[in-house]
Amino acid sequence: MADNGVFGQNLFGNRNDSKNPHYYPVWRYFVALFVLVLACIYAAPNIYPPDFAIQIQTDNSDLKIGERFMTQAAEILVGEGIHVKGSDATGKGGLIRLGTDTDQLRAQAVLDKRLNPGGQDRQFVIALNLAPTTPAWLQNLGAQPMTLGLDLSGGIHFVLEVDMESAIAKALNDEAEKATDYLRKENIRYRASSNMVQENLVRIPFATDTTRDQALRRLRSTNDYDSIVASESQGSPVVEIGIGDDTRATIEDVAVEQNLTGLRSRINELGVAEPLVQRLGRSRIVIDLPGVQDSSEAKRLLDKFATLEFRLVAKPEDRPSSLEVMSYEGRTRRLQRANIVTGDSVINAIQGLDPETGLPQVNIELDSEGGERMNRATGPNIGHSMAIIFIEQKPVIARELIDDEIVEKRSIREERRLISVATIQAALGYRFRITGLSMSEARDLALLLRAGALAAPMYIVEERTVGASLGQENIDRGVQAVMIGFVSVLLFMLVYYKVFGLVANIALTMNLTVLIAVMSLLGATLTLPGIAGIVLTVGMAVDANVLIFSRIREELAKSVPSIAIQAGYGRAFLTILDANITTLLVALILLGIGSGPVAGFAVTLSIGILTSMFTAIFVSRGIVHLVYGRRQVQKVWI
Amino acid sequence: MTIDFMGKRTLAVMFSGVILVGSVVALTVLGVNRGLDFTGGALIEVGFSEPVEPAIVRGVLDDAGYANAVVQNFGSETDILIRVPPNKGASGTSNQSTLGDQISAELGAKIGKVELRRSEFVGPAVGDELTEDGGLALLAALGMIMVYIMFRFTGKFALGAVAALIHDVVITIGAFAAFQWTFNLPELAALLAVIGYSLNDTIVVSDRIRENFRSTRRGTSAEIINYSLNQTIGRTLVTSLTTLFVLVALLLVGGEQIAGFARALTIGVVIGTYSSIYVAATILLALQITRQDLAVPDKESADSVP
Repeated sequence: MADNGVFGQNLFGNRNDSKNPHYYPVWRYFVALFVLVLACIYAAPNIYPPDFAIQIQTDNSDLKIGERFMTQAAEILVGEGIHVKGSDATGKGGLIRLGTDTDQLRAQAVLDKRLNPGGQDRQFVIALNLAPTTPAWLQNLGAQPMTLGLDLSGGIHFVLEVDMESAIAKALNDEAEKATDYLRKENIRYRASSNMVQENLVRIPFATDTTRDQALRRLRSTNDYDSIVASESQGSPVVEIGIGDDTRATIEDVAVEQNLTGLRSRINELGVAEPLVQRLGRSRIVIDLPGVQDSSEAKRLLDKFATLEFRLVAKPEDRPSSLEVMSYEGRTRRLQRANIVTGDSVINAIQGLDPETGLPQVNIELDSEGGERMNRATGPNIGHSMAIIFIEQKPVIARELIDDEIVEKRSIREERRLISVATIQAALGYRFRITGLSMSEARDLALLLRAGALAAPMYIVEERTVGASLGQENIDRGVQAVMIGFVSVLLFMLVYYKVFGLVANIALTMNLTVLIAVMSLLGATLTLPGIAGIVLTVGMAVDANVLIFSRIREELAKSVPSIAIQAGYGRAFLTILDANITTLLVALILLGIGSGPVAGFAVTLSIGILTSMFTAIFVSRGIVHLVYGRRQVQKVWI
Repeated sequence: MTIDFMGKRTLAVMFSGVILVGSVVALTVLGVNRGLDFTGGALIEVGFSEPVEPAIVRGVLDDAGYANAVVQNFGSETDILIRVPPNKGASGTSNQSTLGDQISAELGAKIGKVELRRSEFVGPAVGDELTEDGGLALLAALGMIMVYIMFRFTGKFALGAVAALIHDVVITIGAFAAFQWTFNLPELAALLAVIGYSLNDTIVVSDRIRENFRSTRRGTSAEIINYSLNQTIGRTLVTSLTTLFVLVALLLVGGEQIAGFARALTIGVVIGTYSSIYVAATILLALQITRQDLAVPDKESADSVP
């Protein structure tokens, strides 16, 4: 035997083969049978088509979505003439199953109107969803259908880029504030400057070198700064504070994490059944919103940034350098530059209507630190005025053609507006309300404050929307392609290899089942390229069997059937292994570069390679032994 | 019946040479028609209830200020695909990510009932990154394969296999350039799959060549290679056929979105089948492969190699 192999032969116990060609370990039948049964169970949920469903959720812990609530909701729909297949409470929320997608859209509109009356804050999230109809006994075994990718289910995919420069600048501003606070406390005079943060450095100017050096020594002694040095800038002595790479990395991580949290709660407000919000690489965030069709509504919430600043109106004794001038109702107002609190301290914000005037208002609740600061600032200033500044930021990407290169220029369009100047009647605490906004502004402000501030602005760098009908079409066409390809391969194999073709076909069918079962079990997402991967696997999976069979045909010319079969499987094994390992390498590289569609293809291809090796080695060989394993076989149909 | 494959190798070299030169010319003169994934920009697919002439849609878009939009039918007469290149206007502050809504609203108002089937926006920076990553992936794939084959076979086989792969990849991309088919991420995935597929074939053939070099004591290198090719030709053709069956099914019924992928793979499988017969084997001969290159390692060293 031309034994060039080192691993395969011992691993599968073929050493005794030359002595007894009929030897075939029984445990292999059991492995094959066991896998087959498991594969059938875990692939089965994909046969049951899902129901169109409405999912109801709420963030408000006072409201309970129980069985009674769901029955009532279903009754509302029945009252509107919508056929309801069933409704249940799922613990966190509820699910109503419906017959068609048009019913689904109508039901969403009806329930939204009934459960979320206009003018009030949204209490319930009513989302479109697809509910699996997997039978209970399968569910109990943990069997679930494959998740569909956006190109099959319809929906929106965003990739957002977090603007790290802003995050760093914000962090530097904090450093500047910390340092100047400290200097004030230590009674070291520095020169006030409105732009201490420049070129990734904080520069605090001083009147003389002596004060600068004193400040430097004191600041250094705190050990709070990565790098702090003495320098000159624009003719005056300065202390330069910089941040190190580790700190920078931490700032970036924190920025992305905080934005992720903020985005998750914003998306919850959107009413999406199973959103995906994930970090992608260093500075990007990927968002998948299955079932969502209106991208403008989603976008409005994604990259917008709104916050508030509460400040005291200038008092006569204030130094002009600490004041800012803004206009309010046609008059200029002078405000203190220092904030009492900002939107960061807000822990809850609810939009409502002022019971007296009927105008929109936002009820605000501050955290304890913010509440105390508010109390300390307003207490001694009763009779004075407090101003509220509304800040809305929207990132803008402009593109310019410079030397035939498209250069992206990112900027933030910021709108700052004084929305209210009111006399302080009493010391304010944790809770108060603000007015002076339009209805939609009040709604967005409440939502954005509640969702938490974003650490840094974000830009949409990629967006893909797939209509629901196109998704369904993709599924239908994909399934059709798999079926046609599958059947033609089955027929060809049967004609070309006769009995052995039948064996290969059984192996191929099982391969497809195992592939689908493994994908369902792993929770892999099926995409259109993923379907293409399945199709390709069907075409290529017979290769292992083809290799074996053509080897058997050759060996039949030299020896008796039983030995030929044995030799065919034995010799083809290493070839199969080599060929598949290299394909697997390619698939893994694909997995490495690919996000979304490409990854879907790579995953299916990799799993397909593994399952086809398994079925060729265990299943096809097992069946052949069952059929031809006896000593007296004289002729084989191949 | 024995076919004299190697006897006709001069013909094959000429054939490959002509196609390769043609591909390179197409690639340099016409260039690859890179799709949205790589160029950045916006793409909108809309479905009308009635068949619509692309010219009419183009007219509406011209009036609306999208003069540089490319409009074409997509799969059927009612489906229209609109591609808008990345915004190059000096004052281009408009956010391209809202383009889908804007354009479908415009078409709905001017032409008739329209459904926004698909809308994609890719920022130019992302496009550039994907181009770079894609190129790197191709190189990484070729590199890793070369190392693996060097490890499992010998350097000469590795050279032959990688030459066959480059041959297949260049011709497949060349065909995309020649016919100006759009090349997007799925097509890149298909290209990598072509590498995997063609390699599969090449390895099966190489495996047999190695086996025969070791077991046969007579015959020239050309004769042994020829004999090996004859032994494997049945399997090569059967596997290629079954793969082509499913690819044609995908091409015909899979829908327009996956057609480019299926097309790339179909070309790749056909070329890959040819290259596993001719390219790798011809290069082995050109490198003057001998029995010594493939001498069976003695027992001890065989056992120490994993």
